[in-house]
Amino acid sequence: MPSTEAYLMLSGTLFAVGLIGVIIRRNMITVLMAIELMLNAVNVNLVAFSYNLSSLDGQVFTIFVITVAAGEAAVGLAIIIQLYRLKSTVNVDEARELNG
Amino acid sequence: MTPALIVFFTIGTIAVASSILVIGMRNPVHSALFLLLTFLCVAVLFVMKSAEFVAAVQVLVYAGGIMVLFLFVVMLINVRHLPDERVLSRFAKGGFLVGAAVFVLFATVIRPGVYHDPVNNEQALRTTYRTFHRHGKLIRRATVVGNSEAVGMALYRDYLVPFEVASIFLLVAMIGAIVIGKRELSALEEETAPDFILEKVETEKEVKEAMSA
Repeated sequence: MPSTEAYLMLSGTLFAVGLIGVIIRRNMITVLMAIELMLNAVNVNLVAFSYNLSSLDGQVFTIFVITVAAGEAAVGLAIIIQLYRLKSTVNVDEARELNG
Repeated sequence: MTPALIVFFTIGTIAVASSILVIGMRNPVHSALFLLLTFLCVAVLFVMKSAEFVAAVQVLVYAGGIMVLFLFVVMLINVRHLPDERVLSRFAKGGFLVGAAVFVLFATVIRPGVYHDPVNNEQALRTTYRTFHRHGKLIRRATVVGNSEAVGMALYRDYLVPFEVASIFLLVAMIGAIVIGKRELSALEEETAPDFILEKVETEKEVKEAMSA
């Protein structure tokens, strides 16, 4: 059975990849996908510790995280559609009205 | 090298590689498909840590729901990708730096040999507890059931209030998504909106009138 350390390393790698994706990509849809990637890395961590501590709390929290991810994806994609209607692009660099 | 370790390394390598491809692909549809692959690999990792119910929820909600949502939005907005268009943002160098720093931070925090996995503790993740009074004494009795039933009992009994809050959250998110995604232009927006949006709204009005007539 792979150890908890292995799971933590994997989850850290997934999280770092997601973070890099959030910062470097210009396409807003891909940025949202990278955020989902980061949430999934957190889920891997929670499940690994749930097994390590022999407690179901981690799995319950994972279900809550999945709920939040679903709501976030729905609202985020609605915002992307509205941004596309307004500026006919999904480029995050183009949406800088608050830049002053 | 036990079979479980071989499966872990294979699936983990596929998960990391496809996650890198998610942020590396130019076309959002390809990114979405690699994201699906990552989700399925993570579901396999959940099963290996005896979290079968969470793995099923992961496949149903992520692979079934969120991915369809992503693909529908990509289809709706229909972004054309020119081959010479830039993919990376202005902060690309800093982004790689921050990601590498966070990874190094995580790697140094993990101390090998600190986390001792209990032997044969799958039982604990499949056990639910029942408390009742008998002869004035509080008795706690453990029953071994399936993982789904144990998670369900924990969710509906110990975490009932967070569960209700999550349902309110989903309702609010649904209403918010509908309100944000609705296409309705006010008088001010009609002055500032680009021409193609006005044209679209006009055509929709015409279609509606033709349908009702």
